[in-house]
Amino acid sequence: MTAKVVITGIGVATPNGLGVDDFWAATRIGKNAIGPVTRFDAAQYPSRLAGEIHSFTAEDHLPSRLIPQTDRMTRLALVAADCAFEDAGVKPGDIPEFDMGVVTASTSGGFEFGQNELKKLWSQGSQYVSAYQSFAWFYAVNSGQISIRNGMRGPSGVVVSDQAGGLDAIAQARRQIRKGSKLIFSGGFDASICPWGWVAQVAGGRMTTSDQPERAYLPFDADASGYVPGEGGALMILEDAEAARARGAANVYGEIAGYGATIDPKPGSGRESGLRRAIETALADAELAPGQIDVVFADAAGSPDLDRIEADALTAVFGPAGVPVTAPKTMTGRLYSGAAPVDVVSAVLAMREGLIPPTTNVTLAPEYDIDLVTGQARTASVRAALVIARGQGGFNSAVVVRAVD
Amino acid sequence: MGRRVVITGIGVLAPGGIGTKNFWSLLSEGRTATRGITFFDPSPFRSKVAAEADFDPELHGLTPQEIRRMDRAAQFGVVTAREALADSGLDLAGFDPHRTGVTIGSAVGATTGLDNEYRVVSNDGRLDLVDHTYAPSHLYNHFVPSSFAAEVAWATGAEGPATVVSTGCTSGIDSVGHAVELIREGTADIMITGATDAPISPITMACFDAIKATTPRNDDPEHASRPFDGTRNGFVLGEGSACFILEELESAKKRGARIYAEIAGYASRCNAFHMTGLRPDGREMAEAITVALAEARMNPESIDYINAHGSGTKQNDRHETAAFKLSLGDHAYRTPVSSIKSMVGHSLGAIGSIEIAASVLAMENNVVPPTANLHTPDPECDLDYVPLTARDHRTDAVLTVGSGFGGFQSAMVLARPERSMA
Repeated sequence: MTAKVVITGIGVATPNGLGVDDFWAATRIGKNAIGPVTRFDAAQYPSRLAGEIHSFTAEDHLPSRLIPQTDRMTRLALVAADCAFEDAGVKPGDIPEFDMGVVTASTSGGFEFGQNELKKLWSQGSQYVSAYQSFAWFYAVNSGQISIRNGMRGPSGVVVSDQAGGLDAIAQARRQIRKGSKLIFSGGFDASICPWGWVAQVAGGRMTTSDQPERAYLPFDADASGYVPGEGGALMILEDAEAARARGAANVYGEIAGYGATIDPKPGSGRESGLRRAIETALADAELAPGQIDVVFADAAGSPDLDRIEADALTAVFGPAGVPVTAPKTMTGRLYSGAAPVDVVSAVLAMREGLIPPTTNVTLAPEYDIDLVTGQARTASVRAALVIARGQGGFNSAVVVRAVD
Repeated sequence: MGRRVVITGIGVLAPGGIGTKNFWSLLSEGRTATRGITFFDPSPFRSKVAAEADFDPELHGLTPQEIRRMDRAAQFGVVTAREALADSGLDLAGFDPHRTGVTIGSAVGATTGLDNEYRVVSNDGRLDLVDHTYAPSHLYNHFVPSSFAAEVAWATGAEGPATVVSTGCTSGIDSVGHAVELIREGTADIMITGATDAPISPITMACFDAIKATTPRNDDPEHASRPFDGTRNGFVLGEGSACFILEELESAKKRGARIYAEIAGYASRCNAFHMTGLRPDGREMAEAITVALAEARMNPESIDYINAHGSGTKQNDRHETAAFKLSLGDHAYRTPVSSIKSMVGHSLGAIGSIEIAASVLAMENNVVPPTANLHTPDPECDLDYVPLTARDHRTDAVLTVGSGFGGFQSAMVLARPERSMA
């Protein structure tokens, strides 16, 4: 039941890097990738900045038949899955097909694909809607397509819990390994930078209206004014630690050691946010005391009310400025279901190098009693990291990642 | 054996059967709720039939603000979650809210709400750069359907783990299976779980038209959903929701709860074959069934009734018939199999939970619901599909299955907790 579950392969695609090496080279030095929206003309909208992936050409990586049937987020996920397999040194045929599965998170599915088909439906007529619409936009598409491409027939799944979902997927993957699966892909990808997705996010009311890329997404800063959306995510291969050792896995990045999740009480109830409880549950699950956590990767919403709740929860658990806190997502914007898996990747790479990547652009406001790693990366021995992810609607998830000796 | 999980409350909202009692009347009388589409003008579509629910949200206690901000599917979910909670007699105030969780299945989320809002912000597709000034603030809740789980949590006071499970047409089984795992492992003591979908909208009809998945039997809508019948030619889209209260067996007993059934086994597999196609051998569904039975510590022979996926496509009906034979052997021929989709249509992610409700009610009543409209057997489907009329049948254990886009195949075994185990 309490088998150790470890990360043995990584595929990542973010606005500041494609692949583990590029991503980490950019993240460790605080390379910003937020800029004006280029995928459509955003001039008429109140928000005009995004974290876009500019250097990805799906046709370079995927068979041509997959292109017309996939949204951008699925193409990114399929390529990341290929990279993770390569990184893990496993070929899909190496493991019995019923012992491999895929558990991903999604937030908005293939929204750009859906936009194009909705346009055809209402401007041309129903007979113009693509035969692929029935699955290209729905939330299960990435798990389905990854399982097909790699012949994975084992327990699989899809969770949607706004931006907290990436951690919920990793926790579910860990459950499946503990129940006997040998290898599970987990993580999340989203890419809804299209007019229809943009308007839906504008409607949510929490996007910044700043036009200055380096003054736009500023969690825990006195000038915090909302978030910048981005696209991308990460997929990880999870395996049982003993099985990974037995096959001589080249990379054992870290252990998924603890997990906790809650949902906040109904707005206006006056009850405390469930974030503190989610963190405490994750620590207890990992059998670690707060003092044993070396860094926290914060959710870092970028809105003062939400930053306040997160800072208060961190102070309650760790004490005032009791642990280094960072939010490298200030470089990329918020990647929805992809955000937290990317932070898990950053956490294990931080362990490997002994370096906490910085929260860029932010000057910590004095009202937050946290030790935010701003400006430059900080050298530190990182043996255990806490990753926090929160979602609209009050979703709180926390994962503890621990170094493996 | 570790913690065992039981159902102690049920809420159902299905076409022709809003509320558990009405739902069971429909099924046990073998009536159908499929009809010509009334929600919008169906004339441009190849398939013009659906199983629509006559649902008045105000009548079910939703406030004007709840009605405005929630997609129809979210409204369904809140109504059935409340019904399930009331049915369970549970007072959540006596429990740690952080150990009460929510999982809600949905295949297509707020697709109806998105379709409606897209028409407005795009001015019926005229604008590529859709107009944000026409977007309502709740559009974000449609954009990310985890809002459904949040609404159910707020409506019930749950503050533990909450998520939407979205594995296409097996979502309604997988959501409940996920909830079972959370109680078994000790993360939660009580789960409010189930599924909801309200997909009857032009975009959904158009996308199923494009692959000819839905039936064109438009001149005979009441008899359009014909699983296992030789004349069937596609499924009938439906809508609805079912929710359940799950508790750990011992604590349910201790509080004197009415125990409907134990969720004894659950498993899910992928076919890794095709996003919409099925391999005819049914191997992955058979594997899910075998694993679910093993988890329940039950033999194939202990299954008294199979609640089939039975969507009414030729591909599906043959696929799952093969899966039942592969997993249950000769017992497949001796076991009544039926598809309630013949009566309530196929509500995508919701139907798995609605079928769990039907399975539990079959156990409650020792009556197997029929497969309506089954007049002309398909020679390739040679099991006992309980045609047309319900059957009195001692039902202590039920296997319910689902199959869906993305290749997901799921199986769940429901049984009486006092059964003997292998």
